[in-house]
Amino acid sequence: MLDVNVQGKTFGKQQILGPCQLTLQAGQRVCLLGPSGIGKSTLLRIIAGLDKSYDGQVNRPDTIAFMFQGPNLLEWRNCYQNLMIFHPKSTQADAHNALELVGLGDKGQHFPRQLSLGQQRRLALARTFLSHADLVLLDEPFTSLDPALKADMLELTRNLLDQSGATLVHVTHDETEAEILNAEAIRMHGKPATLQSP
Amino acid sequence: MADPQVLPSPMVVVHKMAELWASGDLQKHLIDTAIRVAWAFSLAMILGGVLGYLMGRNLQLNAWLDPWLIVFLNLPALVLIVLCYLWIGLNEIAAILAVTLNKLPMVMTLIREGAKSASRELRDLAYVFKLSTFARIRHIILPELLPHIVAAARAGLSVIWKIVLVVEFLGRGTGIGRQIHTQFSIFNVTGVLAYALSFVAFILLIEFLIMQPLERYAARWRHNA
Repeated sequence: MLDVNVQGKTFGKQQILGPCQLTLQAGQRVCLLGPSGIGKSTLLRIIAGLDKSYDGQVNRPDTIAFMFQGPNLLEWRNCYQNLMIFHPKSTQADAHNALELVGLGDKGQHFPRQLSLGQQRRLALARTFLSHADLVLLDEPFTSLDPALKADMLELTRNLLDQSGATLVHVTHDETEAEILNAEAIRMHGKPATLQSP
Repeated sequence: MADPQVLPSPMVVVHKMAELWASGDLQKHLIDTAIRVAWAFSLAMILGGVLGYLMGRNLQLNAWLDPWLIVFLNLPALVLIVLCYLWIGLNEIAAILAVTLNKLPMVMTLIREGAKSASRELRDLAYVFKLSTFARIRHIILPELLPHIVAAARAGLSVIWKIVLVVEFLGRGTGIGRQIHTQFSIFNVTGVLAYALSFVAFILLIEFLIMQPLERYAARWRHNA
């Protein structure tokens, strides 16, 4: 499913990542834990194929979904379009079902600016899970949310993961998120950073 | 009261405008000017848009073209117009090129800034979700650039209206600029004002019928909050 074998990653003369190996089977969930700035997001970008300037090799599945810290929606397109543009094979009925799953069933024609922050996050979550990607990558999407909204989003994410059976790599510095998502916690430590199983 | 030959009354100017309209001269020259404006505007927006976007996305290209951009931004319009006429000849191509080159740097600058401030996260999402090039341009790049495109269009159009008259004044046989030149050479203030005010009315028509509705359409999603 996912086979990560990164030997190193540098920014300029500074080495950020040391050897990092990670192999995941279909449906497996892991959380990459570590303090801010250690290189968690860098490793996630390498896994997603967004960063290609590293030493090593990554074998990833064809279908990947990615969610950033911010909702990163197309503010000039309505909710249906925000889903269907990123999933061209989906019909409006599929998009509507995805919106129903995240509690936005009546918001299809709304523009993102008409939604609250929590609703925007739900829309981003619907976009992440609509196409049933084999691998879901989450880059601290619950950071900076208030506790109630965070708990709500985590529960929703766990339910969507249970339904889709997707493999998960979740970057966070909050260990409780790993427990709620039923994910194995893997710590990043050192300088340059490496992965260490608990 | 002012000398009517220096400052004619509004009624005299309106009468002159009606007279020019009835003879068909006004429409003919307005259309010739509008065609030149349309060509120069389209060329500058397309070329300036593409070059500005590429400069905003590519540091090396930006470093290479930036000095030239500064030169052209500060080069007097008159110099470009005269050089185009001298090098290419007193023809339509030189006239349209002169106007285009005067507007091009402004478009490039505005679009470049738009490209620089575009969201990296949206580009990354487009990559991860494997959006086609067409979908990226249509749903991400163009909408992100749209406020900058509209600003470039508005600022550029106002520049073009002014420069195209100078270009016609100096080297074309038709157009509002040429007619103002003719009226100037016979010291006919009424004629100058009649052509100039007709031109202003035409600009206002374009503003209210095309530019403002276009701006409202482009920003419709902003007003839905």
